[in-house]
Amino acid sequence: MNYGPLIFLTAFCALAGSWYGLVLKPQLQVGQLQTTNTIPAGAAYPVSRPGLAREGSEVYRANGCAQCHSQQATQTGIVCDVILTDAGTNQSAVVSALERLEQGLSKIKAAEMLSKLPATVLHGVSKERADAAAKALKTAEAKTEVWILPAGPDIARGWGKRRSVAEDFLYDYPVMLGSQRVGPDLANVGSRLPDANWHLLHLYNPRLTVKSSLMPPYRFLFETRDIGKNPSPDAFQPSAGLQPPPGKEIIPKPEAKALVAYLMSLHADAPLFVAPVTVPAPPPSGTNAVSSTEAGVTNATPTNAPAK
Amino acid sequence: MTDAPSLHPKGPRLDVLTEIDASCRLPLFVLFLSAAAWLVIGSGFELIATIKFHNPNFLADHAWLTYGRVRPAYLDAVIYGFCLQAGLGVALWLITRLGRTAETHPWMISVGAALFNIGVTLGILGILSGDATGFEIFDFPQYAAVFIFLGYLMISIRLLVTFHRRRERLLFVSQWFLLAALFWFPWIYSTAGLLLLSFPVRGVVQAIIAWWFSNNLLCVWLGLMGLAAIFYFIPKLTNTELHSRYLALLTFWFILFFGSWGGIPNSAPVPAWIPALSTVATVLMIFPIISIALNFYGTLKEQRVKAASNVPLRFICLGLLGFIVSGLMNVVAVLPSAGDVVSFSWFTVARVHANFYGFFSFVMFGAIYYIVPQITGLEFTSPKWVRRHLWIVGLGILLVVLPLAIGGLVQGLKLRDPNAAFMDISKSTLMFLRASTLGDLLIAFGHIIFLINLLGVLKRFSEPRALASYAAATANLFHAEAKT
Repeated sequence: MNYGPLIFLTAFCALAGSWYGLVLKPQLQVGQLQTTNTIPAGAAYPVSRPGLAREGSEVYRANGCAQCHSQQATQTGIVCDVILTDAGTNQSAVVSALERLEQGLSKIKAAEMLSKLPATVLHGVSKERADAAAKALKTAEAKTEVWILPAGPDIARGWGKRRSVAEDFLYDYPVMLGSQRVGPDLANVGSRLPDANWHLLHLYNPRLTVKSSLMPPYRFLFETRDIGKNPSPDAFQPSAGLQPPPGKEIIPKPEAKALVAYLMSLHADAPLFVAPVTVPAPPPSGTNAVSSTEAGVTNATPTNAPAK
Repeated sequence: MTDAPSLHPKGPRLDVLTEIDASCRLPLFVLFLSAAAWLVIGSGFELIATIKFHNPNFLADHAWLTYGRVRPAYLDAVIYGFCLQAGLGVALWLITRLGRTAETHPWMISVGAALFNIGVTLGILGILSGDATGFEIFDFPQYAAVFIFLGYLMISIRLLVTFHRRRERLLFVSQWFLLAALFWFPWIYSTAGLLLLSFPVRGVVQAIIAWWFSNNLLCVWLGLMGLAAIFYFIPKLTNTELHSRYLALLTFWFILFFGSWGGIPNSAPVPAWIPALSTVATVLMIFPIISIALNFYGTLKEQRVKAASNVPLRFICLGLLGFIVSGLMNVVAVLPSAGDVVSFSWFTVARVHANFYGFFSFVMFGAIYYIVPQITGLEFTSPKWVRRHLWIVGLGILLVVLPLAIGGLVQGLKLRDPNAAFMDISKSTLMFLRASTLGDLLIAFGHIIFLINLLGVLKRFSEPRALASYAAATANLFHAEAKT
């Protein structure tokens, strides 16, 4: 190694190799990712975030939220539930199939199970075992569903219904995955905490909503002003636990509303081919929509939520 | 392959070396002083950030000083402002000294450094005003990145020309590392700038490129520059031959070919082959650590001058220790079992600090404390405060890295337990974070001492010259007056 050009060549080859492997190749593979479909509903995924949420992503970036919050839900594996939905006509065959599947299940218990459908036959088992059980029950002419449930500490905390995947970030710029969890992961915060008012209050003073939170307050995203003739519908309600000075009201600035819209648009629960998860039928709709209109975040309806 | 050229006085005469040193005096002043200033500014930001863990309401009503802006401002001031400038300064001195050539256009390097400093200033102001890019370690907005790139390019082109014009044709180990580092940064910085800011790629490829960039800057660039200085100064200051040139060559190849592949965490929502490749490469980085350890074990065993007797040498030996420790921490952080525990925890912060503070800044301090007396011909005003700087900064770094590493382990283990409430986990890390504030305070104090030490020498160096030139100028003036 006594020639400058030789050293250059070595360094060039090394960096070119790493550039090929970690810049060009990912761009050719992941960079060409297209909109996919949710399974089994077949809805397009992801849909780009609505305008206000996109503005909110700029507020998230400008204030460095990713310094403390990751957006990478992880999972350690999956488990399965076997759900019996319809016992069919040959009930005795189903009962004996159930007996074989679950050691120590009495005939009476099995019959009881059949009277209250749908019932969970097996809970938290491997995919192989769940498929075998579904097959056995199918030969007894019963109808079953195999639910796929991702597992792991993040999933248990509700930080995602399944792990985050490349698809979730397809239309985001910049993609802010974060590297630390000083605060909780936000990959699924839109589904986990779907109340816009809660978020606004939490941004104004985190310790009003989470008692021992470490998060700094973002009061500069709010405005304290005279109430005047037309009180703002966005102002914090007295029930929120805040005491504005007399004759004043505290209202969120557009940045705060946009940031909340962005947070509400974060979901890690769409069932995809690469990250399967069974999402139970959603509760009657309407609860989210009401709370977001109340907060004045009218067009913040999460659009990349799983199709119903 | 021949053995390392002897670096000791048998070569050129002393007055030639003085001439060479004098040729790069001005750019070295500019680079070292601005590096020290950014270090002080950066640790000011770090103090603001860490105090927020004692009281979240501290300076909370000013958007410019919110945690999420102050923290990247701190990291970027230290990494771009200090690490890159100090590294380039040491590179300039090493290239002229090892090549036995004077720098013919020192003003170009000074102009490059000025551009670079404009870039860092704009970048820090940009981050504080909310213009950060959102990519960690690549936070400077485009308008600042352009200056950083041009400034670096100008300096490195001059350095390469000077390297090419060298009179000592035989290459020493340090020069391999310097050349590779000089060439590395423009490539990675332009890739990140073009693909993240000018023509952004889609989706998580952005995150992959940002990780690739920050790993190449923090592990490869800092590694190459720091090791270049270690390979020069330890043999030089102990008056010993380097133990093995072949081991050094192995280190060089490993850092180039494996170091550049690391950085993608296992948790990343990307196709599994990418973090897998990255993990394998990072685990292989154990080899350069071993080869460095063996090489300097061999060198220091033969030492003719005791390492402890010389303050710059003490700094550099501690920096070597920092390289080994931070390298091992990097490897631990990607191992499948341990890595899952410490990912997302304060351990990450501890290992980054072990790298740029424990390893790189120590090597740079040692190098600068050696170089400045060489180029000015003056000793430091108070050698006592140079020794104190060592103790204060060393203790400070220990008090940052150790609590954060242990706190990170505790936090990581609890994060793995689905039944642990998140708020309890946060609370259990608070104690460690608050302990690290003490370390941050010591570090900030140490950095101020460093700046004052440098300014002291500069003042003593430039004052007589300024007075002399003032006297000369005014003498002419009086002369002219008397004539009229």
